[in-house]
Amino acid sequence: MGLIFALLWVGVLTWATDILSKKVFASKIPGSAIAIGIALVFGYLGGVWAEGKQGLADLPLFKGLAFLGGSMFRDFAIVATAAGASFILIRKSGLLGLVSLILGIGVFFSAGVILAWSLGYRDAVSLCTLGAGACTYIVGPVTGGALGASSEVIALSIGTGVVKTITVTILTPILAKKIGLDSPGAAMAFGGIMGTSSGVAAGLAATDPALVPYGAVTATFYTGLGCLVCPSLFYLLLNWGLG
Amino acid sequence: MIKGLALLAFCFLFGMLCGDLLGLLLGIEANVGGVGFAMIYLLLLKEFFEKKGVWTEEFAFGIDFWNKLYIPIVLAMAASLNVKSAVSAGILALLSGILPVVLAFGVFFILINTIKPQ
Repeated sequence: MGLIFALLWVGVLTWATDILSKKVFASKIPGSAIAIGIALVFGYLGGVWAEGKQGLADLPLFKGLAFLGGSMFRDFAIVATAAGASFILIRKSGLLGLVSLILGIGVFFSAGVILAWSLGYRDAVSLCTLGAGACTYIVGPVTGGALGASSEVIALSIGTGVVKTITVTILTPILAKKIGLDSPGAAMAFGGIMGTSSGVAAGLAATDPALVPYGAVTATFYTGLGCLVCPSLFYLLLNWGLG
Repeated sequence: MIKGLALLAFCFLFGMLCGDLLGLLLGIEANVGGVGFAMIYLLLLKEFFEKKGVWTEEFAFGIDFWNKLYIPIVLAMAASLNVKSAVSAGILALLSGILPVVLAFGVFFILINTIKPQ
């Protein structure tokens, strides 16, 4: 019963945020980012009401949320998103696409790690998870789950990713002209650097809807590449760097 | 539908196996990049099947169903985390969500002027 109730809850939340996104934000902020933000608020309220460590899932009625949102289903669904990407298209984006992906993941991860370090985090697992969260709200929990980070750090990494999505959405149409984001090639490089698929899609839609599919090509790869290198190469580098 | 689901399950399990093996090899007790490996296998197999002409709607449906469940699952995950303890460090989420983006806009500007897009 728990799982079915969780499906109902998630469905109603998605429905409500879709309406909220259209009516209140005029579709300017992606519905998924709003929904995840609200889900985090529920996680907080659950923690206050049930005084446990699993947010809303500590209330008996909402137990199924922990199962639906557990690592098994999460990782399985993330793998399925790869079917939307294509090597043929990424090859078309050429050197610029490849360089932008590597730069994008590198910049966000290192900046995330440095900020987490300056706020007092010192262990490699937490630092790596928070750096991955600065990439996207998916790379964060996948990395944290694989490395065994605490629930609190994983929640923080999702929160970071949600803020990133909203920041990209808002800043893209404002800065597009000044930074030369006006061609399909530039949009591919932009998707590779920024990564967050929903943020890139919403930001480009507000800039020039014709650019959206180009940005999406590289942005889809970003999450996959992030899930691959953050818990492996980057974790090893961090571990080595921390001695 | 079930064919696509089976293909997805195969890629997932094989990817996780590779992640576990790599973790063992590196001496870390973790699944290292299993999700990433699985995604690459799915991409490769999908393109292989497409080339062979055996990639049908049926395949696509089973995978697409899970693809569409991805945001709902993230919602369930977000609501079942220890958000209460994380709130005290919420300033980090704000800083890490905004500052790197500003930096990345700068990197994009430099990149686009170094390598001209076709």
